[in-house]
Amino acid sequence: MVAESLASAAAPGGAPVDASALPLIRLRGITKTFGSGEGEFHALRGVDLDIDAGSFVAVMGPSGSGKSTMMNILGCLDTPTAGEFLFKGFHVEQLSRDERALLRRRYLGFVFQGFNLLARTNALENVELPLLYRGEKPRMRREAAMSALEQVGLANWWDHTPAELSGGQQQRVAIARAIVTSPEVLLADEPTGNLDSARSVEIMQLLSGFSARGITILMVTHEPDMAAYARTVVHFRDGIVDRTERRS
Amino acid sequence: MIGRVLGPTVVLAVREIRRHLLRSFLTVLGIVIGVAAVVTMVTLGNGATAAVREQISGLGANLLQVRPGQGFGRGGGGPPPAPFKLDDVDAIRDQVAGVVVAVPTAQTSATAVRNAANWSTTVNGTTADYFSAQQWAVTTGRVFSPAEEQAGKAVCVVGSTVRRNLFRDEDPLGQRIRLKNIACEVIGTLATRGQGGFGQDQDDVVFMPLKTVQRRLTGDRDVRTVLVQVDQAYDTATVTASIQDLLRERRNIRGAKQDDFNIFDTAQISATLQGTTRILTSLLGAVAAVSLLVGGIGIMNIMLVSVTERTREIGIRLAIGAVGSEVLLQFLVEATVLACLGGLIGLALALLATWSLAPVIGVPFLFDPQINLLAFGVSALIGVVFGYFPARRAAALNPIDALRHE
Repeated sequence: MVAESLASAAAPGGAPVDASALPLIRLRGITKTFGSGEGEFHALRGVDLDIDAGSFVAVMGPSGSGKSTMMNILGCLDTPTAGEFLFKGFHVEQLSRDERALLRRRYLGFVFQGFNLLARTNALENVELPLLYRGEKPRMRREAAMSALEQVGLANWWDHTPAELSGGQQQRVAIARAIVTSPEVLLADEPTGNLDSARSVEIMQLLSGFSARGITILMVTHEPDMAAYARTVVHFRDGIVDRTERRS
Repeated sequence: MIGRVLGPTVVLAVREIRRHLLRSFLTVLGIVIGVAAVVTMVTLGNGATAAVREQISGLGANLLQVRPGQGFGRGGGGPPPAPFKLDDVDAIRDQVAGVVVAVPTAQTSATAVRNAANWSTTVNGTTADYFSAQQWAVTTGRVFSPAEEQAGKAVCVVGSTVRRNLFRDEDPLGQRIRLKNIACEVIGTLATRGQGGFGQDQDDVVFMPLKTVQRRLTGDRDVRTVLVQVDQAYDTATVTASIQDLLRERRNIRGAKQDDFNIFDTAQISATLQGTTRILTSLLGAVAAVSLLVGGIGIMNIMLVSVTERTREIGIRLAIGAVGSEVLLQFLVEATVLACLGGLIGLALALLATWSLAPVIGVPFLFDPQINLLAFGVSALIGVVFGYFPARRAAALNPIDALRHE
């Protein structure tokens, strides 16, 4: 199996470049092309972007602008067709499928629009899942998962399955699952897309709270109200970064 | 590394199986039936083999029976083959290496009468060696003395069936019974032997000295059967061949002419019959094994359905950071745990079936740990083999597509 200790410079991307001199994430000339020939489609056409540790970034743009493709690449779920993607000094574009999985396991947490909890599995077991793959001991898993559920205000709901929870509660369980490993980066893909505005505010307040504790948050949204919680808003258009807004 | 992953994986697999209890049970039904069938067939077959061995050994170990005529029946036309005489018996004893004793017997049937009781039975004329060769113990009294054999005295040793029918609870020793026109004194009674290998009652018999039977009952000097006890150190097949050569010479049978006598080798018959039951057992086992294979295909089918159904779940696991081999392991372990559970249920069923069926079909119940272990091992192997393909398919899924799957 691939070297568990990715951080120990065993990655084929070469020894991580001196990470302290770099932003957490650096994208240079990222392109992504789907299909070939007549049906060729350029989802990304050369994206340059730097994201510092601890920032709260919202990615906005009309559908088809490439923001979802961008998120898949940032989440190490997909690889760019060309370009350079440095994450903590790793050349992610050169990593294998399994190495990217280990990177996700170690540094990333995901929140999806559709919640994506395991059905017929209670909240606690759902939150425990990432710890299972980290090989944590059952006792430690249980404690960490309960503490994560507490942080999202669902400690009393730990034995409920997703079917027994409201949409807002499900998304909070999903957030608990994303932060239970204390990730460096939390990626949220339209986290409020399926929720009413009151629930959406709850979710955004939770995310802001985690941002305040130093977790880097990358969020895709098409709702300006939600993007307003972020300190940096990156607008995509036709596969490139159109403009970047920074707020103090 | 692999051990650290395996523990939680088994937990996950058991959780998943518990979640779909009915479906899991139906999935492994093929394995259950397959294992139960194989183990039941083989266990009962082994019991049958043991029963056959038991019955054949009742015929006597290392014994050859030499009779005039071909095979069991007379068959064909032509004059009946010449019977043996006493000097044939002496020749076998003296000239063939490996013969411990050669015992002549003459046989007839007669009605034994004592007071008002009478009983139709078989009368065997033989020598005292017969009882030692057959390892047939005398319960009371004694067998013939050499003097009685020489003189052709009217003495007899009776089997337990005859004794029961003529004497009830009385002591038969010293009493006289009448057989045709001779009155003979009972000098011994035999231990009960029960049913013979072919279902006949071995205890329904009266033994007298050979000469007595020849002179006073059959009226000829023929020997019906020669019982040959073979030395343990010799192979019965070799001794059989020597006797065959000797008798062909004595009976003047040359070239390609067929023997007009037959030599019945109990050891060989035993081996043949045991071989036959063993072949039947393996055949039945093989037929049952096919259902194991079908069971494996059942598991593969459900696991494929399960992978499709759980595509989204696989996507979640991959996104969270599971590597391909962990997803593969999860599904492989799930299939294997399923198959093993099926195997265990099958073994329990087989135990129940053999235990309750054995007395019904009249074979001993022999628990064979080897076939149980083997059947369980095969069911686990089937889980691995038939679970691998669906598991590999799950592991190869692209997380982005899998997450989008409805």
